[in-house]
Amino acid sequence: METAIESPIAAVPEELEAPPLTPRELVWRRFRRHKMAVAGVFMLILLLLYSVAGAFVFPESYANLTETGARLQPPSAAHPFGTDTVGRDILARTIYGGQISLLIGLFAVVVEVIVGVLIGAIAGYYGGWIDSVLMRFTEAMFNVPQIFLLLVMARFFAGKIPTVQFLGRTFSGSVIVIILIIGMTSWMYLARIVRANFLSLKEREFVLAAHTTGTTNLAIIFQHILPNSMAPIIVAATLGVASAILSEAYISFLGLGVQPPTATWGNMLDGAYNYIESAPWLWAFPGMLIVLTVLSINFVGDGLRDALDPRTLAQ
Amino acid sequence: MNGDGVLVQVEGLKKHFPITRGIIIQRQVGAIRAVDGVTFDIYRGETLGLVGESGCGKTTTGRTILQLYRPTAGRVIFDGIDLTAVKGGELRRTRQRIQMIFQDPYASLNPRMTIARIISEPLRTHKLASGKEQVERVQELLQIVRLNPRFINRYPHEFSGGQRQRIGVARALASDPEFIVCDEPISALDVSIQAQVVNLLEDLQDELGLTYLFIAHDLSMVRHICNRVAVMYLGKIVELAQKDELYDHPIHPYTQALLSAVPVPDPPLERKRQRIILEGDVPSPADPPPGCHFSTRCPVAGKICSEEEPPWRDVGGGHFVACHSRG
Amino acid sequence: MAPLLEVQDLTTRFDTLEGVVHAVNGISYTLEEGETLGIVGESGCGKSVSVLSIMGLIPQPPGKIVAGRVLYRGQDLLQRDEEQMEHIRGREIAMVFQDPMTSLNPVLTVGRQISEALVVHLGMTEAEARHRAIELLAMVGIPQADERYADYPHQFSGGMRQRAMIAMALSCNPSILIADEPTTALDVTIQAQIVDLVKTLRERLGMTVIWITHDLGVIAGLAEKVIVMYAGFIVERGNVDDIYADPRHPYTLALLKSLPRVDRSSKERLATIQGLPPDLLGLPPGCPFAARCDYAVERCRQENPRLEFVASGHEAACWVDVATRRSDSRPADAVSSKSTGRER
Repeated sequence: METAIESPIAAVPEELEAPPLTPRELVWRRFRRHKMAVAGVFMLILLLLYSVAGAFVFPESYANLTETGARLQPPSAAHPFGTDTVGRDILARTIYGGQISLLIGLFAVVVEVIVGVLIGAIAGYYGGWIDSVLMRFTEAMFNVPQIFLLLVMARFFAGKIPTVQFLGRTFSGSVIVIILIIGMTSWMYLARIVRANFLSLKEREFVLAAHTTGTTNLAIIFQHILPNSMAPIIVAATLGVASAILSEAYISFLGLGVQPPTATWGNMLDGAYNYIESAPWLWAFPGMLIVLTVLSINFVGDGLRDALDPRTLAQ
Repeated sequence: MNGDGVLVQVEGLKKHFPITRGIIIQRQVGAIRAVDGVTFDIYRGETLGLVGESGCGKTTTGRTILQLYRPTAGRVIFDGIDLTAVKGGELRRTRQRIQMIFQDPYASLNPRMTIARIISEPLRTHKLASGKEQVERVQELLQIVRLNPRFINRYPHEFSGGQRQRIGVARALASDPEFIVCDEPISALDVSIQAQVVNLLEDLQDELGLTYLFIAHDLSMVRHICNRVAVMYLGKIVELAQKDELYDHPIHPYTQALLSAVPVPDPPLERKRQRIILEGDVPSPADPPPGCHFSTRCPVAGKICSEEEPPWRDVGGGHFVACHSRG
Repeated sequence: MAPLLEVQDLTTRFDTLEGVVHAVNGISYTLEEGETLGIVGESGCGKSVSVLSIMGLIPQPPGKIVAGRVLYRGQDLLQRDEEQMEHIRGREIAMVFQDPMTSLNPVLTVGRQISEALVVHLGMTEAEARHRAIELLAMVGIPQADERYADYPHQFSGGMRQRAMIAMALSCNPSILIADEPTTALDVTIQAQIVDLVKTLRERLGMTVIWITHDLGVIAGLAEKVIVMYAGFIVERGNVDDIYADPRHPYTLALLKSLPRVDRSSKERLATIQGLPPDLLGLPPGCPFAARCDYAVERCRQENPRLEFVASGHEAACWVDVATRRSDSRPADAVSSKSTGRER
């Protein structure tokens, strides 16, 4: 009979062991090597603080307070970012606008991930005609222009979606519409990636082992394969937030987004359209905030993508 | 060994993988005949070895027996139950009694699950134990495979190859199976670890009365662990016999060539040996030669060999061969 | 006559995120012209890294050759720069790897890859090179070599690809052929074909060969001298008959005892080596095999033994005589060693 029970750590005296790095620790270490990604994380934290904490400095009403006597004023002590065409304080508006832009970015990604993962997982796992149908649908969706959908949905839902209370703020129905539209027009990329992942993972031996055990298909999809596909989903979601924020910006710039007086970074840019040269502070501050946010998210996404690279994580 | 009768009957088992072409509509233009009609029995309590080189279909045979692939033709009867006819819930229930150990210790365990979850999965799927009982059973299983139960919540990557293989064994044992298909369980392990795992498998067979189908390409190890051995070539079984009989008196020309090709760690012996070197490569399973599949490389092939498939003949003492020249 | 290749105290390590991996720890050996040397060991023992270090193929970073000399015809290869090494590789010392699919360029025809080397190294014209390449393909037993010249790697089977790799390796008449696990991924009958080929070529061309593998059976039939490696150290060295008939290092002994044999009926349990393969991130002091050794004494855990002669032409690094179980209590410096012993 063989000698006793073994410990899984190499057979060396305890003091000489380095504890094995968990995958999470390894990923974090690799992420830290990307200076820009780490800088991006700090920047995002700052931006978040700006939008959240700033709300404690200025009440929402102030952001919407028009002061016709103080229209189009350049940055000053009273209005550090200046005022807009109807005399509203731009600093306060960027704070509240930031909240909406960030929220739209986040929730659009939630929609995108849910739809994309579901479709990709089912197509990749079941294959056959289900895969064909879902993939043709996905490809068709790639070709639907976002603007077109927006116009249609804006007309259709005008006034029909009620306002929503969330975290102490009231959001008009158009915010929900925009979130849905951005989400519904950007899930396809993720669906393709998830499908590819599922196609390769479903042939792996641990999935085969689960089949041998008699595990149900649903359990295999959600408990076995999906947790192993998190890397591309995380990266796509992160970058998706940036993309959604940009989408919101240009949608609003076209006048189809959230309507004033509610501020978003995007519709602030729209309001600056006629004053590009004469009152640059109208677009510079929201524009800069958009750029900073999107850049930071992109850096973080890049860092995550490298840190999560499965080739180097493979054991 | 042959005591309690037949546990698994494989009859005319075929598994063909279609080759399709086309973008919108897929047409089948051919098939990979991975398993092309195999028939054998596995007796309760024995270890039957299934050997052959790559492309011979041994792994596919193992997986098809377990219904991981649905057979293209043929039947698999396990303890009276026709696995090929059974579906859904009943198949799932039968899976408690038949299990598999996989080749790759790095790919056969879900890297994101603790070994506790991995090993207890059969217990949860078949509702065999839950809560505290489940944990105790997992610890018991870890002890059976000689791993420290303390590390029950660790992840697979923290273990070595040999240990991961033991975890795979523990998982296979969780539902108290009677029959285990071992698909090249030691090929991916270091030489010094292989013996540990093989000894474990043998001990478990003695203690738990298990029946094994041992799929491998390492002929030296197969001689050690198996009772009877079947040799496969290009989807068919060419020879089947008691192990010493097969190794000492091989009849089929492929078996002879295979055995002569295995190197032995004995320099003077190696220097003296006359090897039978086969010409060429194994034909593609998508296009096997007509008649006897081995006819294109066989040193003693005759005219009939490329025309007719050789019959499966009993040459006595449980020794079977499929060969025109030598049967 | 001076040896063709002399490796002295080669030490290579890798700086990884998890720590420093001591892959090769001061190994030394010589290779005479016309000899076949077998380097045997399991995964992680350093056998591949050692020859990659000789060839200058270790990525630096994260690898680093921290010590040692590799004298090829008297010149230290480790001191050569990349350009000089490019003249050595393929031309003087050629290498065949385990997986021919990744060593062959999938978008070039096989014939082209061979003739390319001939044009670059030997200055042949395209036509001459093509002719020679077809000759080489035929020499390694590829049927219809002139037609196969224009085939791509994926059109070759595993065994054929390996033959093509050998043809490529031999194309410029190198002095040394290094084969790193060339048949490990091949079926046993194909392996027999390749080994047979190498033996034939070896005789015909008088090749000097280094063959690396974990398969003790293959080495028994091929090698004249054998080096057994463990955890980056050489633990035993000698001619092939002595090593197999009379292993003197507990690791070699245990390894041979744990192998089942295809030509013998076995009724007993396989002898096992307890414990786990060594952790190259944190080697303990003393002998790297001590934790798994049946013969270990206290000294083994504190001092790493050097290679010493245990018989004529046969060296082992062990404090204990495996035949008698008596351990050597002389202090390390008092032990004389005629070999190019390794330092710690």
